[in-house]
Amino acid sequence: MELVCPAGSLPALKAAVDNGADAVYLGFRDATNARNFPGLNFSPEEAARGVDYAHRGGAKVFAAINTYAQPGQVERWRAGVERAGAVGADALIVADVGLLGFAAAHYPSLRLHLSVQGSATTPAAIQFLHEQFRIQRVILPRVLSLAQVRRVLGELRDVEVEVFGFGSLCVMVEGRCMLSSYLTGESPNMSGACSPAKAVRWAETPAGREVRLNQVLIDRYGAHQAAGYPVLCKGRFAVDGRVDYALEEPTSLSVIDILPQLMEAGVAGIKIEGRQRSPAYVAEVVAVMRAALDQCLRDPEGYAPDAGLTARLDRLAEGRTHTLGALERAWL
Amino acid sequence: MRIALGPLLYLWPRARTLEFYAQVRDWPVDIVYLGETVCAKRRELRPKDWLALANDLAGAGKEVVLSTLVLLEAGSELGEMRRLVNSSAYPVEANDMSAVSVAAQKGGFVAGPHLNVYNEATLATLRTWGAVRWVAPLEMGRKGLEALQASRPGGLETEVFAYGRMPLAFSARCFTARAEALAKDQCAFRCIQDPDGRPVLTQEDELVFAVNGIQTQSGRVCSLLSQIEPLRAMGIDVVRLSPHSQGMRQVVALFHDVIDGVRLPAEAERALADSAPAPLCNGYWYGHAGMVSLHPGGEHAAQRA
Repeated sequence: MELVCPAGSLPALKAAVDNGADAVYLGFRDATNARNFPGLNFSPEEAARGVDYAHRGGAKVFAAINTYAQPGQVERWRAGVERAGAVGADALIVADVGLLGFAAAHYPSLRLHLSVQGSATTPAAIQFLHEQFRIQRVILPRVLSLAQVRRVLGELRDVEVEVFGFGSLCVMVEGRCMLSSYLTGESPNMSGACSPAKAVRWAETPAGREVRLNQVLIDRYGAHQAAGYPVLCKGRFAVDGRVDYALEEPTSLSVIDILPQLMEAGVAGIKIEGRQRSPAYVAEVVAVMRAALDQCLRDPEGYAPDAGLTARLDRLAEGRTHTLGALERAWL
Repeated sequence: MRIALGPLLYLWPRARTLEFYAQVRDWPVDIVYLGETVCAKRRELRPKDWLALANDLAGAGKEVVLSTLVLLEAGSELGEMRRLVNSSAYPVEANDMSAVSVAAQKGGFVAGPHLNVYNEATLATLRTWGAVRWVAPLEMGRKGLEALQASRPGGLETEVFAYGRMPLAFSARCFTARAEALAKDQCAFRCIQDPDGRPVLTQEDELVFAVNGIQTQSGRVCSLLSQIEPLRAMGIDVVRLSPHSQGMRQVVALFHDVIDGVRLPAEAERALADSAPAPLCNGYWYGHAGMVSLHPGGEHAAQRA
């Protein structure tokens, strides 16, 4: 079971490789990847250096070209695929059907991973995309229970499965969420950004510290409340007159408790979310997950999550807490 | 340009649903999409009930399309979708890639709005798989549509979501149950209380979303009634009106009249606002935030309210 780690920059890539990543994933500095934030991502030269560093450290590099090519701009996304091939990436992470077709036709030797943004949740969908485009791995949306993940794996013959293991929790099916563009005009599908920083405004007011996304109030904090980044699905809103986290509270996904079950099910990769995070964050999460995974690989039957490792993860987690998300039914 | 009634996104009591579609027989809609697209647990109408409605509406001269569930999780949901697609005498609207994989064996399907068709290459691929109509993504604006229309493959119709609360997001979690502090497995079908979804407001009472089971919708109601002329000019074949609990007869009539040229768009849209369950919006059309409401020619002056 591979540890697949985020690289939003060359220093983050090095931190991931140095701390035990089996693979890193990265994107180019434009709207072709789903973490299109200012100051992040790679120029072609940086990507080439990153590939070199990763390969010398025994890690693979996956290039995420995983937004949807916009109307009339398909060439920009195809150029991203060409760039990934040129810098020596080991695999492409792609969501767009048109782009999958291009990559399969022009780069047949490059492995194709179906991005989580591709929203494939069933063996039928995954097998179909394998037959059409020879995808070799799928990253599952964070909507399936552990039993459903097992069932998908049981029915797949030629496609590996990667699941999210730690980081920000998308509450919605990835690739099918337009909440961000509804409020700001920018969404993961169209521009590779959710709740974009340029739309965020903080203000100290008599009612408390307020955070807005394109003028819409996402949350309001009292004097001693910790304030987080205003991802809109984790704001406090009123339903039936009660103000609460209507969609989800600030929390992180963590599968550290169920690593043996995922391994036994045949999961090929555990993905750590967070290309927007600092190299220090990446170093710490990768180190902790590496230690937990090694413990699990050594003795899956005797595995119990180490309290010290869990505490280190929780310190980095949104809201300082973690959940298994849809992997356990209680979360629904 | 034809009018389609999109799939009913809400859980209405059985009698109310049947009564609604009995009225639809006499409305000037050309195409009716039927079936449950949001939650497999909903059972006010069973597949055979939808099929009976399909036969009834087809008998009334409507083109009937059966819509598949958008988010498939359990194996049973996959099986039910397969049965629907394989046994249907009507074309289906495929709303996820599993449904596309089955529908592609038969051909002649509608590529639903959640398949993420954002560019000409994807559109061409869908056509080779047998799609005969596609529904544009909700967040796609005029410029994007124009680009895709310019390179649209032959034999493929284009449909645009033109009225209703927009289905913006889907989750494994049920937000209606969450609002009621119920577990999803013990949801008691509380969404049946919300015939147009349940409003979600900011802490300063601005309407932002509406929750409808596992679906999160726009708080405001999308309307492209004022854009019928540009839609027609770019060759859009079908406008989709999404069913709401009140005033649908009037909504259909207004679209019909504007398409027929017997009513002015601006005046009709003012009348439409009276029938809608929430204020109107059209920001996506202009390439802005979806929630804003702009007037024709107002591409550069985004305003809320």
